[in-house]
Amino acid sequence: MPLGIFAFFATLAVISALGVILQRSPVHSLLALIVTLLCVAALMIGLDALAVGLLQAIVYVGAIVVLFLFVIWLLNLERDPEESGRLGIKLLAAVGAAALVGELTAFLTRTHMSQQTVNSDYGSMAQLAGLIFGNYLIAFEVTSLLLLVAVVGVVAVARRWPSPRLANRPPTLSAKPQT
Amino acid sequence: MLIDLIISAIKAIFVVLLVLNLSAVLLWFERKGSALIQDRIGANRAGLFGIGRRLGLPNLGIINTFIADPLKIFTKEDFVPDRADKFLYTLAPFLALFPVLISFAPIPFGDRLIVGSHQIELVVCPLTAGILYILAALGLGVYGAALGGWASNNRWALLGSVRASAQLISYELTMGLSIIAVVMVYGTLDLQEICRAQSGTWFGWLPKWGIVYQPLGFLLLLVAGIAESRRIPFDLPEGESELVAGYFTEYSGGKQAAFMLADFAEIVLVSALISTLFFGGWQVPYLQSDGFHLPGGTWLPLSNPVVALLGFVAFGIKVVFFCWLQILIRWTLPRFRYDQLMTLGWKGLLPLGLVNLMVTAVAIVAVGGSV
Amino acid sequence: MTPINYYLGLGALLFAIGTVGVLIRRNLIVVFMSIELMLNAVNLTFIALGRAMGSADGQVIVFFVMIVAGVEAAVGLGIILAAFRNRLTVNADEFNLLRW
Repeated sequence: MPLGIFAFFATLAVISALGVILQRSPVHSLLALIVTLLCVAALMIGLDALAVGLLQAIVYVGAIVVLFLFVIWLLNLERDPEESGRLGIKLLAAVGAAALVGELTAFLTRTHMSQQTVNSDYGSMAQLAGLIFGNYLIAFEVTSLLLLVAVVGVVAVARRWPSPRLANRPPTLSAKPQT
Repeated sequence: MLIDLIISAIKAIFVVLLVLNLSAVLLWFERKGSALIQDRIGANRAGLFGIGRRLGLPNLGIINTFIADPLKIFTKEDFVPDRADKFLYTLAPFLALFPVLISFAPIPFGDRLIVGSHQIELVVCPLTAGILYILAALGLGVYGAALGGWASNNRWALLGSVRASAQLISYELTMGLSIIAVVMVYGTLDLQEICRAQSGTWFGWLPKWGIVYQPLGFLLLLVAGIAESRRIPFDLPEGESELVAGYFTEYSGGKQAAFMLADFAEIVLVSALISTLFFGGWQVPYLQSDGFHLPGGTWLPLSNPVVALLGFVAFGIKVVFFCWLQILIRWTLPRFRYDQLMTLGWKGLLPLGLVNLMVTAVAIVAVGGSV
Repeated sequence: MTPINYYLGLGALLFAIGTVGVLIRRNLIVVFMSIELMLNAVNLTFIALGRAMGSADGQVIVFFVMIVAGVEAAVGLGIILAAFRNRLTVNADEFNLLRW
């Protein structure tokens, strides 16, 4: 990937990532998250990982983020909960993040990595499938079990069990309150 | 280098214009076609200074659909509801339209065209993972409907959004499963390769099209595709008698036009996908790269530009046919109830898609490898 | 060509932003989004290192990370839904019953 295109996507990814954590409205955060994910997908494609980059767009943007959107709708989260006076932890977070970035950058600039040349089918679906159904077959099969457990678990956790305590709750699915 | 760039740009503009124009034609087609089906006359009012009437021509509503209505819709007030999320409200129509338009990029509309020393593949972007790209773009398309309804600050619109996103992600599974079966048959994700693999005949007369391998897959993709384009019988997100107009209730002017255009472009996309995967794309029966090879051994030689043009025309005819089929279905069937929609998607089509996938896999192993 | 180090640096930056998001935000859903951000930063790093080494194993790991992220999002959001039903809030500070 040429440096200019990389710089474009990298800048966009960082700005939208900041948008995710700094926006007040969860839906705006969500939109920023979508932009970040698409930028990362583009960068992956730039690293010759075409199939995985597109899978990232399909799985994350097409499915996982929609799930977030559903939950935001269900909970009717118009605004963020009020932030309490928590300057200390914010300061700590900023210092910690700066230290993390500094450490990783120092580490990264000192490693010299030469990029291997790869043949044309690198990152293709065929190569990926060959590995998944070859070396990683057991892990792949276990993944299906994980998904099954997750389905059962989510239904068990999120289902509205009949309970007198929940009988007179206000309905949670509604549009913005008319103030 | 520069000439390649220019060729790519021309192809991209050509396809986008083709899709947009076909969408507009479909709008006219739908108005007059639905009138025909319901024994009405349909759009027949507007004319240009009475020229057509003086010449005694029947008014086919062409001026209505192509001149009067666009003028009307684009001169309307660009309305933003009170307390709407202005940014998202403006963004949503484009989020709906652009993913559909970009997803035409890997769909081939013809065979190789040879101009001088250049071999031009008649596809905007020959991607080796073209099908994944289309699925990714379709996944993005959810957000236009979802955020548009949410941002309008309207209950009907929000309900429409919730219905639309639930419906889209449910039917995307069926769509993906039916497409995977086709991919397994041809062993490639490149749509141009899939088209090429559908050349030739069986027994000298039956074209080797995907429908013969995957009849069930075709039906699944057709149903899921209609559900993806949110039209009757799956038009619950915008059901007029329940939700005013669903997620674009509050929209007016050009933004509403963008939503409608996205709907029609999606019809074209589904048709293009179906014809590419199951009906040979640009393949004409018995036509090969050097001319017609009719059953019975007759050979009718044709030059490359003619073959390419014939392929393009064949693709166009197939796409228009499936657009027509979708419009016919839309004006024939009543709307589902929402629970029926979900039952059909999750308990009907999804298991069928899985069965189709398994039967295909077993068959491929039995005959030893894909086509 | 862009050096691989740039990709790794970007991954580190995105990861740090995600960490900050987890620490400073109180909205559970946004905290969750920040976690997705961190996972993505790691994914990018995997792909970059795999490309540097010329092996596709990094991509397979990313494939698995995506599946696990999907599972994690589904279960986590289910828990948030259930918690919201009990407390009518998604403010992480309000969930303090297990605090000493």
